[in-house]
Amino acid sequence: MFNIEFNGEFVAFFIFSAIIVCGAVLMISLQKVVHMVISMAGVFLGLAGMFVLLEAEFVAFVQVLIYAGAVSILMIFGIMMTNHQDAGTEKVLPLHEGLAAIGALALFGLLFYAIRTTDFPKPLPFQGGEDNTMKIGQLLYTGYIVPFELLSILLTVAFIGAIAIARRLPEKLDGTAGEDTGIDGGSTEQAVQLQTKEAE
Amino acid sequence: MLPSYLTMAAILFCIGLYGALVKRNAVVVLLSVELMLSGVNLNLIAFSKYGVVPSLTGQVFSLFTITVAAAEAAVGVAILIALFRARGTVNVDEYDEMRR
Repeated sequence: MFNIEFNGEFVAFFIFSAIIVCGAVLMISLQKVVHMVISMAGVFLGLAGMFVLLEAEFVAFVQVLIYAGAVSILMIFGIMMTNHQDAGTEKVLPLHEGLAAIGALALFGLLFYAIRTTDFPKPLPFQGGEDNTMKIGQLLYTGYIVPFELLSILLTVAFIGAIAIARRLPEKLDGTAGEDTGIDGGSTEQAVQLQTKEAE
Repeated sequence: MLPSYLTMAAILFCIGLYGALVKRNAVVVLLSVELMLSGVNLNLIAFSKYGVVPSLTGQVFSLFTITVAAAEAAVGVAILIALFRARGTVNVDEYDEMRR
């Protein structure tokens, strides 16, 4: 079942998987949100190392640039724009957490059983390790040109949409400032306030 | 070597699932979803090397996944900031307009 030969790839795999699992478990168990994001950056760096082991150098560097760089910084900005003081004040629901843990463990047991009982056939030799970036570029601009262009449109739409959603609109003319986002969260409170004003 | 990578991806996915179900800060829920997506990426790249017919297609597909995940994170954080401005909280338990 565990027929693993102890070569260099296995040692590197073991180190990277230790980094990844430690980062992920720390992400779950730490108290402050900023520390969680830092440990997530560690997880992403370990994943990039694992991609290098799998001869996917270009994807590894994209992982470092986008995940460990951009997404982590974006999350830190998200924390800074929202409140970040109330750490550790979460109320605990033991039943909910227990059910979630049981569900996640059951899913992992199922996946582990499926992985261990499948006998994977011997793969053909992988050709794509050297000149990885050039081959990926050729694939992207020949076979996958339509999804590539669609993705560029998706990215443009998503970033314009993100700016439009998160933008702080100018205050309204009649002096009722404040609740200016598209999400109509405080409408009931505003209605109550308007009713009290009318009553006065 | 392939089952080890697949088990690693399964561990990542399950930790992300647990975090997404349990955590109450919406930023952390987004982070957990990113963790699950990373597990899927690891699967794709492991199969692109150790699958029956290895090719670069899995790597190209994982690039597409990374791009969509970046767009998702950007839109998610933007919605989160707008929600925080409207409601004054990032606690996902208190976003219950559709329930009352």
